[in-house]
Amino acid sequence: MMTPRDLVATSARALRVNPLRSALTALGVIIGVASVVAMVALGEGAQQRVTSSISSLGSNLLIIVPGASRQGGVAQAPGSFNSLTIADAEAIARDVPGAVAVAPSQRGSAQIVADGANWNTRIEGVTPPYLDARDWGVSSGRFFDDREARQARKVAVLGATVAKELFPNSDPISQRIRISGGQYEIIGVLESKGQSGFGQDQDDIVLAPLQTVKRRVSGRQGRANTVSQISVKAESEAALTQLQTDVETLLRQRHRIAEGDTDDFTVQNLSSIADTMKQTTAAFTALLAAISAVSLVVGGIGIMNIMLVSVTERTREIGLRKALGARRQDILWQFGLEAVALSIAGGIVGLLIGSLVAWGVTTLMQVPLVLGGMTAVTAIGFSALVGVAFGAYPAWRAARLDPIEALRRE
Amino acid sequence: MGDEIVHALDKVSFSVPRGDYIAVIGPSGSGKSTLMNIIGGLDTPSAGTLVVNGADLGKLDDEGLAGFRNKTIGFVFQSFNLLPRLTAMQNVELPMLYSGTPPLERQARASQLLDRVGLGQRKTHRPTQLSGGQQQRVAIARALACEPAVILADEPTGALDTNTTKEILALFKELNREGVTIIIVTHEHEVAQATKRIIEMRDGCIVSDKPVS
Repeated sequence: MMTPRDLVATSARALRVNPLRSALTALGVIIGVASVVAMVALGEGAQQRVTSSISSLGSNLLIIVPGASRQGGVAQAPGSFNSLTIADAEAIARDVPGAVAVAPSQRGSAQIVADGANWNTRIEGVTPPYLDARDWGVSSGRFFDDREARQARKVAVLGATVAKELFPNSDPISQRIRISGGQYEIIGVLESKGQSGFGQDQDDIVLAPLQTVKRRVSGRQGRANTVSQISVKAESEAALTQLQTDVETLLRQRHRIAEGDTDDFTVQNLSSIADTMKQTTAAFTALLAAISAVSLVVGGIGIMNIMLVSVTERTREIGLRKALGARRQDILWQFGLEAVALSIAGGIVGLLIGSLVAWGVTTLMQVPLVLGGMTAVTAIGFSALVGVAFGAYPAWRAARLDPIEALRRE
Repeated sequence: MGDEIVHALDKVSFSVPRGDYIAVIGPSGSGKSTLMNIIGGLDTPSAGTLVVNGADLGKLDDEGLAGFRNKTIGFVFQSFNLLPRLTAMQNVELPMLYSGTPPLERQARASQLLDRVGLGQRKTHRPTQLSGGQQQRVAIARALACEPAVILADEPTGALDTNTTKEILALFKELNREGVTIIIVTHEHEVAQATKRIIEMRDGCIVSDKPVS
């Protein structure tokens, strides 16, 4: 029997005889592995971005919006009915034990004018717990306190994008801006949060006390005490489901919604949205990887094809080796190893190319690059499997050749 | 054709003492190649027994036959059958790969055998860089690699010119003098005359078996 070392040397020599042919044979596996690796890396990168961008909205967060209301049997668009009030938010803070932070907010948009510059942005009227609920903070200056909020002071905290647009070269703190005709003092700038999972720039925002915004910006829209959104933060992700049930029960009570009637509000659970999006991207990743895997199979067929040709070409060599004392297993191993070596080499090159492609595309798309050791091990393992699966038949054919016939062959 | 059973060999019986030097002659179709294949463990007879070195070949399975070809028989072919990508040394080492001889021992033995057949200067040459006679010498060195009981040579001079034929025959004679048992299949009378004993075959039977005078 041949020692493993001699087997490897013999197979390696055979592959070096015709380097171009070996390279072309491995190309199918290279392309297959490269595309699988690139697809999986991209998919996982997208998944990670979804997760991180959704958690950037705030972790363990419920967002309550008015909506899904019916007026006289006609369904209204979500948010069209101002069913949420500041009193609702106060009730949640008071009566729901799991609510760590409750932040009602009123959304509006306005033209903001600073000294010589102007910018159209979202203006959000909030209360101080908003920062805690959204896991946010100020990078410079300060946030307004409860007293300022109650007194509806004309103070504003700028998002990073707004600060950059209006005050590209100077410190915005203590400067004045005009919003809807009123003058506001800038007291702080928010930390940058980047894009949200839905493609929105979260830093393109101005925060001001809720009462100020209600009186001066949204003005006559809706009743004086309604809000467009209430953010409720839970202690942990595990407590989120219970919190959601409690909040829904309380609001149904307060809004006097009879059993069986539709809620006039919607509670969005961000972590369940994140889960759904993660599942969606995971399904897409699996689909793309499966399509790429087809090319891996085609690569395997290429190896089988060339190995069959090789066995035919080397019939005399096989006959001679048998005459010199090679057992069936020796021949089986020799040719099997050639196929496996081709596919593993293809797998390694494919892994490198796939990683390179993944790196290029993720850099372009600004998605995090996820390339684990598992991907590498799986890619090379799979290509070895392809080699075994498609190399087995040619090797078996070689092993079972009749030495007399084989030696007679020209 | 199909229903008729053709016996390539029939009632063939002879024994070869250790150290003998035999030529098997006969026209093509006389069964001498089949005889060689059976002695070499490449083919198995449908009936009858073949005992080589005390081992009954009929009782060996495929693996046993491979071991037999490896250790007991040394093949020499008409067309040399050297592997073109390997050097002379590597070609001689080939049977020792299958007997599991350690690399250093293998190289030492291959080197010594190439010296013995007079190719000490050409160990790293490839078959295409060697003449026909030199290639056949490499093949003979290869046949000797595992110290076989018998050298089986099938038309070993069939592809060589007269001078080279003489050289190869001289090499065989020398090996035989050193104790190697050799069986040559040939249709050339001059070659047969160089041996000690000639077995003549026709239609699958031995028609004569006599020592060379």
